[in-house]
Amino acid sequence: MLAFIQQIVSGIATGGIYASLALGLVLIYRAMDVANFAQGEMATFSTFISYSLIEYAHFDFWSAFVVTILVSFGLGVAIERLLIRRFEGAPVLTLLIVTLGLFTIFNGVTGLIWGYVFKAYRGAFPSTPVQFGGLYLNTQDLGVFAVVLVMLLLLYLFFSRTKAGLAMRAASLYPDSSRLLGVRVGWMLALGWGLASTVGAVSGMLVAPIIFLDPNMMQAILLFAFAAAVLGGIESPLGAVIGGVAVGIVMALVGTYIPGGQDLRLAFGLVVIVVVLLVRPAGLFGRAAVKRV
Amino acid sequence: MRRLPRVRPELLGLAVIGGIVVLGVPTVTNQFITFEFAKVAIFAIALMGLNLLTGYSGQISLGNGAFMAVGGYTTAILVQRTGIPYWTTIPVAALVAGGFGFVIGIPALRLTGVYLALATFALALSVPPVLNHYDTFTGGHGGIVMPAVLPPFSLDLSQEQWLYYMDSGIALLLFVFAWGVVRSRTGRAFMAIRDSETAATASGISLAYYKTLAFGLSAAYAGVAGSLLAIATSYLNPDTFGLSLSLALLVGVVIGGLGLDFGATDNSRDGSFVSRPTCWAIIWSTVVPACTSAPCPSPASRTSFTGRC
Amino acid sequence: MALLELNDVVAGYGPTTVLHGVSLSVDEGGIVALLGANGAGKTTTLRAISSTVRRTGRVVFDGHDISSHAPENVARLGIAHVPEGRGTLGQLTVWENLQMGAYIRRGGVAKADYDRVCEYFAWIPERRRQVAATLSGGEQQMLAIARALMMRPRMLLLDEPSLGLAPLIVQEIFKIVRAINEQDKVTVLVVEQNASIALQASAHAYVLEVGRVVVSGTSVELQKDEAVRRSYLGY
Repeated sequence: MLAFIQQIVSGIATGGIYASLALGLVLIYRAMDVANFAQGEMATFSTFISYSLIEYAHFDFWSAFVVTILVSFGLGVAIERLLIRRFEGAPVLTLLIVTLGLFTIFNGVTGLIWGYVFKAYRGAFPSTPVQFGGLYLNTQDLGVFAVVLVMLLLLYLFFSRTKAGLAMRAASLYPDSSRLLGVRVGWMLALGWGLASTVGAVSGMLVAPIIFLDPNMMQAILLFAFAAAVLGGIESPLGAVIGGVAVGIVMALVGTYIPGGQDLRLAFGLVVIVVVLLVRPAGLFGRAAVKRV
Repeated sequence: MRRLPRVRPELLGLAVIGGIVVLGVPTVTNQFITFEFAKVAIFAIALMGLNLLTGYSGQISLGNGAFMAVGGYTTAILVQRTGIPYWTTIPVAALVAGGFGFVIGIPALRLTGVYLALATFALALSVPPVLNHYDTFTGGHGGIVMPAVLPPFSLDLSQEQWLYYMDSGIALLLFVFAWGVVRSRTGRAFMAIRDSETAATASGISLAYYKTLAFGLSAAYAGVAGSLLAIATSYLNPDTFGLSLSLALLVGVVIGGLGLDFGATDNSRDGSFVSRPTCWAIIWSTVVPACTSAPCPSPASRTSFTGRC
Repeated sequence: MALLELNDVVAGYGPTTVLHGVSLSVDEGGIVALLGANGAGKTTTLRAISSTVRRTGRVVFDGHDISSHAPENVARLGIAHVPEGRGTLGQLTVWENLQMGAYIRRGGVAKADYDRVCEYFAWIPERRRQVAATLSGGEQQMLAIARALMMRPRMLLLDEPSLGLAPLIVQEIFKIVRAINEQDKVTVLVVEQNASIALQASAHAYVLEVGRVVVSGTSVELQKDEAVRRSYLGY
């Protein structure tokens, strides 16, 4: 029984990782109805930047963290302003291809600059085991989770209590009406991408200490993050976190109790996505969308 | 008897010249290039299949690499285990992959747009680990090695040349078939579904039948491509059919006509398969149909950057 | 003193041209009606002013040439466009709609503006938290006008405020529009298919037909002119 609970606890911890990337996905989807397939690769790229700052420019972690956040924010804004805006009003498939193109470009560039050898990355939190009455946890996992909750809180405050947050919601739902009210819709979208990129960078820097840094590190996580976002409701930040935890738990259980589970986890991620989309497409916390014919 | 569509004389001339060029290629290039062109043909087959699914019936698939895997492994396992001649496994691979695609098409009926893309993305990502896992069946990480392919009837050709002619010939056949499908009732049903599912249903088109058919067809094409790939390289392992392959297929179909050299150049696993031949395959499988296809009925429904239907 | 002037404006959607050279002017402090049949180009004219349609020709507002301004900048100059269909921010609450109205104002919603709006529309305070899409048609129209007022505009463009509303509510709304014009000194350009009520509320009117101004004059004159009424206004 204890082993079972241990799995659940570990699952919650990894769920934090999925949740952090899922938050970025939700942000962009809310801003412009686009599933950003490049989210993971942008996060990886930003994480490598922090790696270079730490290893070659001898920054300490937190300074590198701050600089990376600023750089990735700028990167997100630049991508929207220079690339995405050219496809304003384009059909779903086109935007999808653009994000896939970004996926490929970022992946390639990251590999080109830093190579494919796995690198060790010292993160924010020391990795010391902690024990709560027979259950084993790691301070790193606790740290990841804490950061995710803080991000969630900040995003919630931003969207519900600030003028810019309200304007972003209005701009993404009703761009034409918002323009008539003086909102610079384009820059609101850019802000959305900037925030999503930043959130991605944070999740990358949280994850790298755990799974080693390499250009492909986020691909599996991206799949689970999508599963988390879909399960939680692709427009709900809270849903992303809860979905992340749920997916983390499911994967921990699959890994332990199903023979060969480790290899099959990705396939189970696929199953989660398909089942949720078939049974309850809006997810746990999403709004059911009514399609006008 | 259906009237054959009229082809403008200039295009016919172009086709004849093109045909001579295509036939003559292996005689002037070295073995390596010939082999690359063989892979071009293979890739083009997969692209045609995906085009039927995404371009014509409007269902976005990021996972056709998975169907290629099914076809490839069918051929590899059959040849290795039962020793039957490799060319008999090609239709089998098509059938198996097509059946698999048909089955995938069933849950896909209820998914559209981004969500379908998401699900097929997950499919593409999850295939290599699954292949790795069932290693007694698939040879796992080490993959499957097949006997080398020899030209039949003791023709005076090198292995690469034979592969080139075989793959190009099959590609041509499949191209004609796809061309026919697109111009048939099925093709029109596909396009109707792509443009407006509601209107299509209101016109009596069975969404369930045509959408799953599209998946099945597309998968069958990919299965043939996978099978030919296994035959050509005499070896495959799970990494051959990873995410980048599926992405390359989709981007190839959409860009259609422009060359794109993408993918990490260091990623030697699939780099050479994906980057250079991709450009040529894209050109062959999309520009040629573009010259002969009907104009697009509704501009709003264009899913390709070139505006080809 | 003309607050707004259009000179030979040509506009359309893609290959279709809708306005074939529209010229009109609106004096400061007045209410002007823009009338015409379906498809005459009335909505397109408003869009040409707020820069939400591609157009050529000159549009001058308060001395500024806004011919190549982006819509958000036109709004910032003081033109509040209440579009066809009201442009309600449906998933936001009533209060959030008003907040968005005050977006361009420094410091957000000013108490004085909010009080003013509640004077005109007494139902607003108790329905602040209601999701805007669940309001009735008339309430949504009133919310749209209230939201425009929060911008403290110099000029209000109203596109078919009577659309889909019961006659009593329409009367109510036009009464409020007149009050806004007189008390808050907001110049109004209203597009209407319901010519009679628009002529009653306005001082001047233009009639559009197939993208051109065919008649212009004071509303009193137009109401009296039988020929004009029969041919262009349908009554």
